Amino acid sequence: MEAVSGRGRLIAVLVLVGPSLVGMTAFYILPVLSSLVVSFAKWDLLSPIRWIGLANYANALADPAVQQALGNTVTFIAGYLPTVVALGLGLALLLNRRLKGRTFFRAVYFVPVVTSWVAVSLIWKWLLNPQYGLVNYALSLIGIQGPGWLFDPAWAMAGVVLTSVWKDVGFVTVIYLAGLQDIPESLGEAAALDGATTWQKFRFVIFPMLAPTTIFVTTISLISSFQVFDQVFIMTGGGPVGATTTMVQLIYRNAFSYSAMGYASAISWILFALIFTVTLVQNLLQKRLDRSDG
Amino acid sequence: MARPALRPADVATYAVLAAGALVMLLPFVWMVSTSFKTGEATFVTPPQFIPANPTTDNYARVFSTVPMGQFFVNSLFVSVTSTALMVLNCAMAGYAFARIRFPGREILFYAYLATLMIPQQVTLVPLFALMTWLGWGNTYQALILPASFGAFGTFLLRQFFLRLPREVEEAAFIDGAGYVRIFFSIGLQLARPALATLAVFAFMASWNSFLWPLIITSNQSMMTLPVGLSFLNGRYATDWNVLMAGAVIGTLPILAVYVFAQKYIIQGLATTGLK
Repeated sequence: MEAVSGRGRLIAVLVLVGPSLVGMTAFYILPVLSSLVVSFAKWDLLSPIRWIGLANYANALADPAVQQALGNTVTFIAGYLPTVVALGLGLALLLNRRLKGRTFFRAVYFVPVVTSWVAVSLIWKWLLNPQYGLVNYALSLIGIQGPGWLFDPAWAMAGVVLTSVWKDVGFVTVIYLAGLQDIPESLGEAAALDGATTWQKFRFVIFPMLAPTTIFVTTISLISSFQVFDQVFIMTGGGPVGATTTMVQLIYRNAFSYSAMGYASAISWILFALIFTVTLVQNLLQKRLDRSDG
Repeated sequence: MARPALRPADVATYAVLAAGALVMLLPFVWMVSTSFKTGEATFVTPPQFIPANPTTDNYARVFSTVPMGQFFVNSLFVSVTSTALMVLNCAMAGYAFARIRFPGREILFYAYLATLMIPQQVTLVPLFALMTWLGWGNTYQALILPASFGAFGTFLLRQFFLRLPREVEEAAFIDGAGYVRIFFSIGLQLARPALATLAVFAFMASWNSFLWPLIITSNQSMMTLPVGLSFLNGRYATDWNVLMAGAVIGTLPILAVYVFAQKYIIQGLATTGLK
């Protein structure tokens, strides 16, 4: 567009991009850079900053609390990821059938997604109460004596996983439903004409076509698994005996309880490295998928 | 035409869907039920879904312990303001990135995108230090401003404006209008669906946000609903009646919005693909 002079364009850019640029610089770009700088220092916000090189990183990697948090994250992912993806996919397949009331069910499954994590955590802390909780009562009806859930180091993470799956499954369902919209119905019909069973239709036609959705859902679920905080903060405070402590909790604790700003920053960069790796793998998978498509 | 009979497969589907819906809704029913119970009625087996002697005492206790109304006002003010600012900032920048050629545009845009890869937790310490240095601890601006800018919204709206045909704007250029005027008079109007999507996403994110408000508020007068509920949780760790009454108050506003704007909210969150 040549109608606007160079000077007019410059003014327009300043007016339109200026506020955003100031905000992004002040609240994202500078904090990210400072966080990297601080991660090489010992700093409690009050006394002068002291440079200690890579010591924070070395300490973090040797810190039993960090190792435990990483282990807890792996446990969380192992329970949460396959469950939430499989359930979300299953519900999406059911909801994708042209049945009456499907929008109602979709809306119901989505209710926990819009509810705040803090409220959901309070509700589930009560549901998982070993003596008077609804979950153990339901288990007792089928003759199972429920575990101590959040009070038992062996079961606390299972309780957190259960809560997280319940909260997020509606979101995964809706993403899969959107993915299913892109698959032409004629494709399934053609497979049915060729004598494919429902399972074969799913296994060889629908599931492969959903691959981009699956990669997407898996990636964002993985990223959010590394960032678990709210539910653990409310439900267990990271206990019992650290069984549910997460990386973000360590960041929070070190920074705002122990005033170890440098150490907390170093842990946050280790967290970033993990998330970055996941994103990188996702990109590689996506590229390979695009290539095999043609 | 005769109505087709319900097939066995449909019956099975309905059964599974209904069981699933029960699992999703029962915890909320239980929350409401517990919030109206007396202490004794809470600890009976088998559990009562409809309390025999309902009481509103628990709500009174919530309101006498914490300023729940203030939490609500804080949440509402922070969410509405940050959403409005976020939408405006992202629309302006997104429009400029899509429409105006200027030196450094590509580099700047990539710098924005790069921030998307970095988890929020990385910025916590410097952001807290910055707010403390500015003397903004425990203030509205500290709650609002970090939630008023974002690369994601800028990207979303840039994509929207890129797909938008330029014809309408070109007529305005011939009339001698500049970019800024065209953005406000034409761009914003045309972008309404995209703005609504971003607004839904930003509002939900801000309304439910916990970690940053937890860090930056130290006084009850500034706490948002999630932080207030967390405070209540710290105070009444095992008083389930009070906690559930608090959870009901904390959940009700967003559920009310959801009932009316359900379709919009689901679409908004699904298109943005973020939680």
